[in-house]
Amino acid sequence: MSDTAAAPASDERIKQTSALRKALIRPELGGICGTVIVFVLFAIFAGDSGMFNSQGILNWSVVSAQFMIIAVGACLLMIAGEFDLSVGSMIGFAGMMIAIFTITLGWPVWQAIIVTFALCLAIGALNGIIVVRTGLPSFIVTLAFLFILRGFTIYLPQLIERKTIIGGIDKAAEGDWLAALFGGKVLSGLFTWLGDAGIIAVFERGNRAGQPVVDGIPMLIIWALVLVAFGHFVLTRTKFGNWIFAAGGDAQAARYVGVPVNRVKILMFMFTAFCACVFATCQVMEFGSAGADRGLLKEFEAIIAVVIGGALLTGGYGSVIGAALGALIFGVVQQGLFFANVESSLFRVFLGVILLFAVVLNTYIRRMITGER
Amino acid sequence: MSLTKKLALAVAVFAAPVLGAATASAEGERYVLVSHAPDSDSWWNTIKNGIALAGEQMGVEVEYRNPPTGDLADMARIIDQAAASGPNGIITTLADYDVLSGPIKAAVDSGVDVIIINSGTPEQARDLGALMYVGQPEYDAGYAAGLRAKGDGVGSFLCVNHYISSPSSTERCQGFADGLGVELGNQMIDAGQDPAEIKNRVMAYLNSNPDTDAVLTLGPTSADPTLQALDENGMAGDIYFGTFDLGANIVEGIKAGTINWGIDQQPFLQAYLPVIVMTNYHRYGVLPGNNINSGPGFVTADALEMVEKYAGEYR
Repeated sequence: MSDTAAAPASDERIKQTSALRKALIRPELGGICGTVIVFVLFAIFAGDSGMFNSQGILNWSVVSAQFMIIAVGACLLMIAGEFDLSVGSMIGFAGMMIAIFTITLGWPVWQAIIVTFALCLAIGALNGIIVVRTGLPSFIVTLAFLFILRGFTIYLPQLIERKTIIGGIDKAAEGDWLAALFGGKVLSGLFTWLGDAGIIAVFERGNRAGQPVVDGIPMLIIWALVLVAFGHFVLTRTKFGNWIFAAGGDAQAARYVGVPVNRVKILMFMFTAFCACVFATCQVMEFGSAGADRGLLKEFEAIIAVVIGGALLTGGYGSVIGAALGALIFGVVQQGLFFANVESSLFRVFLGVILLFAVVLNTYIRRMITGER
Repeated sequence: MSLTKKLALAVAVFAAPVLGAATASAEGERYVLVSHAPDSDSWWNTIKNGIALAGEQMGVEVEYRNPPTGDLADMARIIDQAAASGPNGIITTLADYDVLSGPIKAAVDSGVDVIIINSGTPEQARDLGALMYVGQPEYDAGYAAGLRAKGDGVGSFLCVNHYISSPSSTERCQGFADGLGVELGNQMIDAGQDPAEIKNRVMAYLNSNPDTDAVLTLGPTSADPTLQALDENGMAGDIYFGTFDLGANIVEGIKAGTINWGIDQQPFLQAYLPVIVMTNYHRYGVLPGNNINSGPGFVTADALEMVEKYAGEYR
């Protein structure tokens, strides 16, 4: 495929590659192919099932956005060569903290959110510090936190409120400036207009009759896009992004050239915790309650999205855009199978098959890029 | 990219029969049942069989959906999804009003008829604009069981809670404690979902509290390991044992005299009746004027024959 007819003025020591190949062969390629395949398949098999009307699109977009938020954190951390298995428990824990601060202690919601974020970042930092200080695999350390945080998430509300689900946060959050940043909706004017114009479905009955069923884009989706853009920028356009690659690629070599590997890793653990906290806050604001079982297994969903997106489990290689596409594939497949009317227990079979295909394809692409054998 | 092409082809070939088979739909109304149960909960098999039978008999298309891990936030998305696919009706549980009320209300308002089953309360179902409520109010069932146990001379108990994160589980234990007239306190243990762990936790509790009069389990998930635990520590048949719901082992336990009674909320009815009610409502415009209580029914050693025959399938 490479262009052997070199121009006379070119340097013979540099391998020539065609522009097309350069544009095509990138870490995201697997994710792009997968996304196209998935959408084509569902357009064929579930095109008229409501999957692509306004409600349907919002449905799989929200699910994908949820995966995206935690996948960005997991992706950068994985590129830095570490794992975080406590993401799911962190989601449950953060939501529960917001609920306890707001409902039990009666704090204003903005204060509860800020303190919860601080707490999550501290736990993330603690994860990171334990990993770099002890040299234990992050797999083990964060597995411990998976149980520690989940335990507190079940114990604390029972101790304080004698129940495992604390509700009523939506009422407390009304008119709160910071809560709107997580639970609000944007562009509602546009959707009202679309509904009036008959382009999207409106409610047929009830006290919201005539209003559009989809009345805006949830902040959750905005957060997902912002985090993806931020993560992609940091990773590909900044010095710090190179440090992340270096820390995960070969930590010792990176230290020799002056990369603050430990600081990079701790910061990445904190960023992962931050993403989990964003996820939890959006969820709590949307549903108005926190439950002890929120976020179960989400850490694996994040890791799956990242792997589908082409990152390497051992670190040093990956792309945030790829992870975001992985999250999109995951969300579309999960909800799309419902639309396509497939027996829902088969979902895991599909997921496993997709995961396997993605990893094989990504390995092939990575070898083309890095030239490893 | 020949590999990509091959890959696409392979995916298409793999997916086509599955998707193709699945989209071959029956001519008739389409109903979706959404539950809050994780995949691991065997009790819901009866619900699946119930809707399948009703669908067959009425000539309508029925689907069962659940959040794989039992995460209620995921369940809310599934209800949104079900509404977006434009079915004639949605049959759903109401495990947590806060989380699910929004999606259910949106479904009702967008023209989908909803029947609430299994959890939640009749009042909540009315607030959401559902057609009706089919189920067994949890607290009341626990209370009735507590009264019965009190009559049999029980004064203290252990509640083996295997799904502590769902409020309905705590209501059952709380109702039982109130029926007995004692404080729940720390008589409820978080048993988890793993059989070996449940068994060991029950044994540990009974070791440290040997004077416990009774054991209450909340379903086959916790009852089966508890039976084993009692067999091992020699309390089987001696300690008073009541359980919610039925399963093959529970029926055996009732027959053997190890279990005093099982509370059957008859999940079959919770799945079967809504499909029948909705179909008749959509075809002929008729609707019963009241909610349906599918339980509680106490199953004791008498009249076990039918229960035994269909345990785990329709009972």
